[in-house]
Amino acid sequence: MTTAQTVKAKTPILRFLTMNTSGQTSGRSLPLWRQLLLQLLCIFILVTVMFPIMYIVTLSFSSQTSRPSSLDLFPKEISFVAYRQVLDRPTGNPVTFIELLSNSFKLSVGVGLVALFIAVTAAYAFSRFKFKAREVLMIMVFIPLLMPAVGLATPLYLLLNNVRISDCGGGVISILPFSACADGARGLLLFNLRDSLLGVGIAMTATALPFAVWNLKGYLDTIPKELEEAAAIDGADANQTFWKIVLPLAVPQLAVTFFLGFIGHWQEFVLTWLFLSQPKDYTLAMTLYNMTGQYANSIPWNRFAAMAVIVALPVAIVYIGLQKQIVGGLTTGSVKG
Amino acid sequence: MAIAKTPAKRRTQIRRAALPYLYLLPAFLVMGVITFYPLVYQFIISFTNFDTTHLLLGLKSPDLKIIGFKNYVDIFTASLPVENFNFFRVLIFNFWWAISNVALHVPTGVLIAAMLNTEGLWMKRIYRAVYILPVVVPPLVVATVWRNIFDEQYGAMNQLLTFFASLIGQTDPVTIRWMNEYPPPIPGFLPGAPLTLAYYAMMIANFWLGWPFMSVVATGALQSIPRDLYEAASIDGATGGQQFWNITVPLLRPAMIPAAVYGFTLSFNLFNFVFFMTGGGPARSTELLVTFAYNLVRNLRWYGVAAAFAVIIFFVALIVFLITNRITRATQNYLEA
Repeated sequence: MTTAQTVKAKTPILRFLTMNTSGQTSGRSLPLWRQLLLQLLCIFILVTVMFPIMYIVTLSFSSQTSRPSSLDLFPKEISFVAYRQVLDRPTGNPVTFIELLSNSFKLSVGVGLVALFIAVTAAYAFSRFKFKAREVLMIMVFIPLLMPAVGLATPLYLLLNNVRISDCGGGVISILPFSACADGARGLLLFNLRDSLLGVGIAMTATALPFAVWNLKGYLDTIPKELEEAAAIDGADANQTFWKIVLPLAVPQLAVTFFLGFIGHWQEFVLTWLFLSQPKDYTLAMTLYNMTGQYANSIPWNRFAAMAVIVALPVAIVYIGLQKQIVGGLTTGSVKG
Repeated sequence: MAIAKTPAKRRTQIRRAALPYLYLLPAFLVMGVITFYPLVYQFIISFTNFDTTHLLLGLKSPDLKIIGFKNYVDIFTASLPVENFNFFRVLIFNFWWAISNVALHVPTGVLIAAMLNTEGLWMKRIYRAVYILPVVVPPLVVATVWRNIFDEQYGAMNQLLTFFASLIGQTDPVTIRWMNEYPPPIPGFLPGAPLTLAYYAMMIANFWLGWPFMSVVATGALQSIPRDLYEAASIDGATGGQQFWNITVPLLRPAMIPAAVYGFTLSFNLFNFVFFMTGGGPARSTELLVTFAYNLVRNLRWYGVAAAFAVIIFFVALIVFLITNRITRATQNYLEA
């Protein structure tokens, strides 16, 4: 039977889709009344799962700009007006869709990469070396993992807010906190680190870094030490072993850690919404928030729906590509959401 | 071992001892600036009256006062000049929110996974493919979509209820004020914290989001249960229900408990979802610790109080971690036994 072979599918979700885990001997068929009862139940669940999805997809394909007065769960028309409008001018703010998209990508990719590069050597040190302060340093790195992102928001806001570049007039530029304008004058503010993508990126790195160290250490622990021992016998020193043997082996996990970070950073809202005040720095997640609830009085729901679909797509794609690692990692506790 | 070492040998020895610290250096340099220093800074300003007037000069502000534990006392005794804030009510609600979610998601996930395992069930693959969709959509988008579904005037939920009402002869449109109705539908359900309609709306939305993940985890665990256990049980005359309670449930426990713990921690700090759906309202009845902390820093801008609140959150998170860690450890021992 070919089905017997597909049972050995690789990923949990695929396995979830294809496997036969009935736990009963084959050959016994389901009584018809039970079959029908279960089908009824399954279809009911199917309807509840599809309800919000169909609702939002239908809404996004509608050309109606007035709010929905009746419930439609199947598209009556396939109109791309809402998508076109969102891509053209997402909100009332003077910011283009491309800018929003690039801000979101800059933050999620930038933070992911920086955290990865800084974390990988630390993860290696914790995984492979025995040294005096190991335990203490490990606790120091992992304690911030306990803190929800909101917990670090206040001091980061205050500290980054104090990094400013000002024009004091007369061609003098001051860079707080290193130099201030003379006589305590404030000067003209040119740049405030807090109110910039760079500043938010720095703050996001603070929360991303301990997670990356933890995730990578967990993986490095599983790489057998024999390879490194063999390399050492052949005369490789610790640095060579790290760069030539461990790092290449860890590439798949580096990618996984990066993409797990990406899923989180793509939805980052706590820090961006607190730090950024200029529409040109807004991200897609912030814009979606601006299109909902009390802020959305002037925004047609079909445009909101189109935006929701657009924001959801990159994460959905990454998630489907990474099912195995995500479901596996979450259940063994090596991933923090 | 008292043989005199050559200087060269000693140098390599020192280098080898310093190597782990060298590998840790990048991470600790960065974390020192953007994590440890901010945490210490936060601790310090939690004992001050830091507010917007001290933004520019920070700790050097002439009128910044050390006020001891006043911020902490104010938070615990609900004497902050904020309407409807009571720390212990928020704390009780926060725990109840996390517990009630997990208590619904885990059993539902297990039951549906078990149902889909029934041998001979038609269209199994279609059901499985659809049932994982909520796992893939980013929670941020889910929250915004459900926020609109529960809109009292144009929302899909009231329209759906109107449709059902019309079936039994009701002609008036249903206008339930999901997000704004304050009097709890079941008074006294949770001692110490009122559960408003918005809580139930959030439960419905988060239920949609939560059970499919538990179902995926349960399916993976179901696969690892040996089939001969069921065969032996049915030979001994055990009914389907008996098999479920005596074989399936105990053998799923080791996989489901870590998943439940993960779900608990996630729900406990579910910032984006709550903030996007209700914003903590009405009258702060659905506020979590994290959303209130965010209000303190973003809207009220009481940085001293916000810092104190973050310190409190840290200790709550620490206690939750120690408890959940114990639970997971206990299951590990159960596995080994």
